[in-house]
Amino acid sequence: MIDALTVALGVTALLLAAWCGFAAYRDQPTKDWHFIGMAVVALLAVVQLVIGVVRLAGGDDPQQGVAIFVAYLIGSALAVPIAAFMSLTERTRWGSATVSAAAVVLAVLEVRLYDIWGGVGG
Amino acid sequence: MTEDPAAGKAAGKAGKTAGKAESAARTGLGQGPGRLLVMLYGVFTVAAASRSIYQLIAQYQEAPLAYILSAVSAAVYAFITVSLVRGGEGARKAAIVCCALELLGVLTVGTWTLADPSAFPDQTVWSDYGMGYLFIPIFLPVTGLLWLRKARRG
Repeated sequence: MIDALTVALGVTALLLAAWCGFAAYRDQPTKDWHFIGMAVVALLAVVQLVIGVVRLAGGDDPQQGVAIFVAYLIGSALAVPIAAFMSLTERTRWGSATVSAAAVVLAVLEVRLYDIWGGVGG
Repeated sequence: MTEDPAAGKAAGKAGKTAGKAESAARTGLGQGPGRLLVMLYGVFTVAAASRSIYQLIAQYQEAPLAYILSAVSAAVYAFITVSLVRGGEGARKAAIVCCALELLGVLTVGTWTLADPSAFPDQTVWSDYGMGYLFIPIFLPVTGLLWLRKARRG
């Protein structure tokens, strides 16, 4: 379950990065639809955080340690919301570029999370 | 939420970041392309700081040099992030010094890790010129310096 979610989150984060990157390329700020996209990705990240904590409470043990796992979960839950606020106060193409970069960071975090959890089963 | 720049600003003023947004608007260090830099420097501050804190506490004996260097890089990243957000001529100059220091750090540690890998049993953010971080650590100070130069003229 958590592996599938990690993969899904990584893919949607890359899609969001491409979408906002395209907006930056076309010299456009983030719009309502972009924020809806960010909300979807952010929601997935929060769900992942909750499921991760529940799994830890249930006695599961991430391969590379609990502390690192939780730190990455929190980091990936915060990445997109923070970028969304930064693009709210930057109504230019650079606001879009910021969200795009944050989404790439989130995708990288998901790859690391996959390794930290153990990569198989789950 | 809206395409109207004025409404966007109003939303920003209403938020917690009101003070920051206004001071940045005065000097423009954290605006436009600077906004992207603030985000990347923020990410690297968190990445380097959390990494070094965890490693200094959990496994200090394994590679003290690498972990202390990670802590130093975290401090440099944090200082640049704050300078960009604060804005102002003083902050700009301080950020230039720190970006130069950061570039020097990446080049030194990068060369050092390749020349004498045994000194670094564990990785730092700056190992192998930042290879483990998509080489962003080596592009970031260069981009930062270019932006800080341009911010004065503009």
